[in-house]
Amino acid sequence: MDWMAWTWPTAAFFGTIALMLVIFTGLAIRFPETPRVGVLRIETTRGDRLFITLLGSAFINLAWLGLVGDNQPLALGVCLIYAICVFRWV
Amino acid sequence: MQQKTTNQKAWFLVLPVLILVAFSAVIPLMTVVNYSVQDTFGNNQFFWAGLEWFEDMLGDERMWNALQRQLLFSGIILAIEVPLGIFVALNMPKSGVWSSFCLVVMSLPLLIPWNVVGTIWQIFGRVDIGLLGATLAALGIDYNYTQDTVSAWVTIIVMDVWHWTSLVALLAFAGLKSIPDAYYQAARIDQANRWAVFRYIELPKMAGVLMIAILLRFMDSFMIYTEPFVVTGGGPGNATTLLSIDLVKMALGQFDLGPAAAFSLMYFLVILLISWVFYTVMVNLDKKGL
Repeated sequence: MDWMAWTWPTAAFFGTIALMLVIFTGLAIRFPETPRVGVLRIETTRGDRLFITLLGSAFINLAWLGLVGDNQPLALGVCLIYAICVFRWV
Repeated sequence: MQQKTTNQKAWFLVLPVLILVAFSAVIPLMTVVNYSVQDTFGNNQFFWAGLEWFEDMLGDERMWNALQRQLLFSGIILAIEVPLGIFVALNMPKSGVWSSFCLVVMSLPLLIPWNVVGTIWQIFGRVDIGLLGATLAALGIDYNYTQDTVSAWVTIIVMDVWHWTSLVALLAFAGLKSIPDAYYQAARIDQANRWAVFRYIELPKMAGVLMIAILLRFMDSFMIYTEPFVVTGGGPGNATTLLSIDLVKMALGQFDLGPAAAFSLMYFLVILLISWVFYTVMVNLDKKGL
């Protein structure tokens, strides 16, 4: 595994995503849902909303890094607000 | 009442695909993420760099310029290939021997490997021995794709149009063939003109396949590497250095693995976003029955 150049932060990053996928798979099995139409006027399931959240969060982090430049953890706060909005309204 | 049979062993059938995707996509992607936060001087030794490479890349004009060129390239080829493909499909014989003949001829460019296409056009465009280059020179047109930016751009765009318009045309043709004759009969009864038939019957019925064509062409052109690399090598200067060419120069030419990894992750995110938008639009079109 040396060639993959693992670090603890990146391992935690992928671990978190993997954990989210497991949780959402479990939720989908335990509490099946019907897709709903939100503000984007497209049908979304919980999994779709997780994808939109993760993809959007990546862009929020990059935008924060490019425009603000420091206090990167604060970008995660913005991502959290974004995630709440996505799960509530999308 | 009959019980629904469940057989969880079917999940094992998915296993080969999972393993394939893990080795071809997930593990390389994880490695790139790991590289993007570290610095290396080779010898498999890595030093923590945090978000430094991302910061560098976001402030680097080189990447933004390559992105602009890439968007311009994809925009131009879509603006040419989609209307041209529809035009060709509309004018193809709908049945009989000629229809089959056209389909075979149109498929030929699609079967040629990228590097061969690049080599064909590289020679074709040469002023000394190439048919295109020599003809243009004989006509007194100042054309030289190795030295002139406009010539280089025209060459790679015409090459892409030559290579891939057939794909759009074939997809549009498939869309047209699926329209039942009753629609055309109704149009004739209403005395609809040719434009109205296209606008209200053919175009809506082709919308689904056209979305697929646009998605495929956009993604392919956004990731294009081999053809422009073989023809112009990214030059003259950096005039045709598209994103992937720039990325390879950075990663393999300069061995700047950290910045190149950060660059490729941003490249990947843009592609992921655009693919998701196209996919969502396509799925929604499907649901509307188009």
